Amino acid sequence: MAWFLVRRLGLLVLALFVASVIVFALLRLVPGDLAVVIAGTEVTPERLATIRAELGLDRPLLAQYFDWMGGVLTGDFGRSALTGSTVTSQLGEKLAVTAPLVISSTIVALAFAVPLGVYAAMRRNKADGVGLSAIGQLGIAVPQFLVAMILIALLAGSWGLPSQGFPRQGWDEFGRATRSLVLPTLTLAAAQGAILLRFVRSSTLDVLNQDYMRTARAKGLTRVEALFAHGLRNASIPVVSVVGVQLASLFAGIVVIESVFNLPGVGQMLLRDIGNRDFDKVQGTVLLISVVVLVIGFLVDVAQFLIDPRLRDGAR
Amino acid sequence: MSWVRATARSWSGRVGLVLMAVFLMTVVMSYIWVPYDPRRVGERWLGMSVDHWFGTDAAGKDLFSQVLVGARVSLFVAVASALIAGVVGVTLGVISAITPRVLGESLAYFIDVLIALPTLVLALVLVGLFKGSLVTVSLAIGVSSGVVLARILRAEVAGVLARDYILAAHASGTSTWRTVRRHVLPNIAPIVIVQVSLIAALAILAEAALSFLGVMSRSRPSWGQTLGELQPHVTLHPGAIVFPALFLVAATLGFNLLGDGLRDATDPRLRSGGRGAGGQPTATGVLPDTAVVSPLVAAPPTTTTIAGTDR
Repeated sequence: MAWFLVRRLGLLVLALFVASVIVFALLRLVPGDLAVVIAGTEVTPERLATIRAELGLDRPLLAQYFDWMGGVLTGDFGRSALTGSTVTSQLGEKLAVTAPLVISSTIVALAFAVPLGVYAAMRRNKADGVGLSAIGQLGIAVPQFLVAMILIALLAGSWGLPSQGFPRQGWDEFGRATRSLVLPTLTLAAAQGAILLRFVRSSTLDVLNQDYMRTARAKGLTRVEALFAHGLRNASIPVVSVVGVQLASLFAGIVVIESVFNLPGVGQMLLRDIGNRDFDKVQGTVLLISVVVLVIGFLVDVAQFLIDPRLRDGAR
Repeated sequence: MSWVRATARSWSGRVGLVLMAVFLMTVVMSYIWVPYDPRRVGERWLGMSVDHWFGTDAAGKDLFSQVLVGARVSLFVAVASALIAGVVGVTLGVISAITPRVLGESLAYFIDVLIALPTLVLALVLVGLFKGSLVTVSLAIGVSSGVVLARILRAEVAGVLARDYILAAHASGTSTWRTVRRHVLPNIAPIVIVQVSLIAALAILAEAALSFLGVMSRSRPSWGQTLGELQPHVTLHPGAIVFPALFLVAATLGFNLLGDGLRDATDPRLRSGGRGAGGQPTATGVLPDTAVVSPLVAAPPTTTTIAGTDR
């Protein structure tokens, strides 16, 4: 256990470090720096040099990196050089939109994908089982923005749901805020759910072919009883890890979905900052997303290690 | 063409091959005949007609022409990303498996670090700031998927290297390089082909999403861009999205099903199992079942029964 934690923690720390280096390096690779953005098109080289000096852009890259990291370690992920607002101050307000979206869509996806996936596996040679599996296959091939467009076209009018924006008062207008998140949640849940459904199905099929399932049947349990008594717990192990792994792709999906539905969340903020070439803020936001993804990945691995006794024995 | 016949044996492989053929024919067609310049504006929101097969969009641009020309972008991104991923994956996977213990282990550890990163978000930033060329997208998708492929291949290569005939080859003085070329590469080729086909689908989706968001260069029409321009009007003109959407889904579905079909054709263990579940798309790409669990929580042998579950 201790060895596993040490190794996994080491991986987490190293991954955080690599993430910070990659984010920092990516933004330095981009032609034209922040000074050029601030100065505009008609500017003398001297003025540009002054701005660079003010922003600290003329200092060695290594010094800039350590400055940034020093701030990050004390909770300062940087500030926008264009508006002056800090990454962390804006994030609270943006997360009020993004976090409910992430959580509710994950819950909806799980609520549908797990029972349907198990069902599709149980009836893999029947028409409905094959049909479900085909829907899962199709769901993976359809891009999220297309799901969003189809839902808007089909449901926004008939269900009277808003397809654009979020109330300005936020959650103070609870009813409107909730309603404006329904279609985005369904879109994200559909994309996640399709992947999960396939995963639950294949994981259940693996379990159904195990020797202990045959033993359970031989003892006189029905197929369903055997699955509930012995199968599901085993089948759930890889599914737990997929939910964790999916989180990283969920953030990419958030950018798309918030853009389609015009929601003022983290994704839309990131996209806008990229458009404005607000380098420092993009750098801070992406690092913060990476931290969240990496820490959750770490927690999922630890949880799995605790759930599955085989892993504990294997790691000795 | 024996692999075509083997792939066509399964249901998914058959559909995959047909969809692939349609996709390729669309691209070929776009070089032979395109009815209009896809950027030429005309009468807005025309329905399907002899003049405009798929109708026109909000600016009056011909949708059929946009679909034809847009196919080129998707094909380019799919092929380029798949090639890059294949080269990166095979190189890293083989090297990390055959190099001495410390180096190989460190390389494997580094691969794990890269896999944990939210690569799609990084790709978005990269493409957005560089004013997305197709090469940038392909590099971002190719390298990040290639790293995932490397992790899958490392385990496979290690498995091949443990076989008796490798020991025999080694004992008779065969060089490592020759062993890799003669025995390892042919053994891992089926896995590479399957994964690369799934990566191609992922690349098409990623490029479409980026074009849809408008962060890609607008110099050439692509399916994502066409759909992005239709999006604000989707409640009033839902019919216009049908054909661009169908072509986009057909291409990604085609690559996905082709991958599944190739897997069934090359992996006899799965043929009777009726699983057909295929690779599992994840954060960074497409993983087979075994690779989803973090490698640190190494996958246990599947034959082990769990103590305490069978009372």
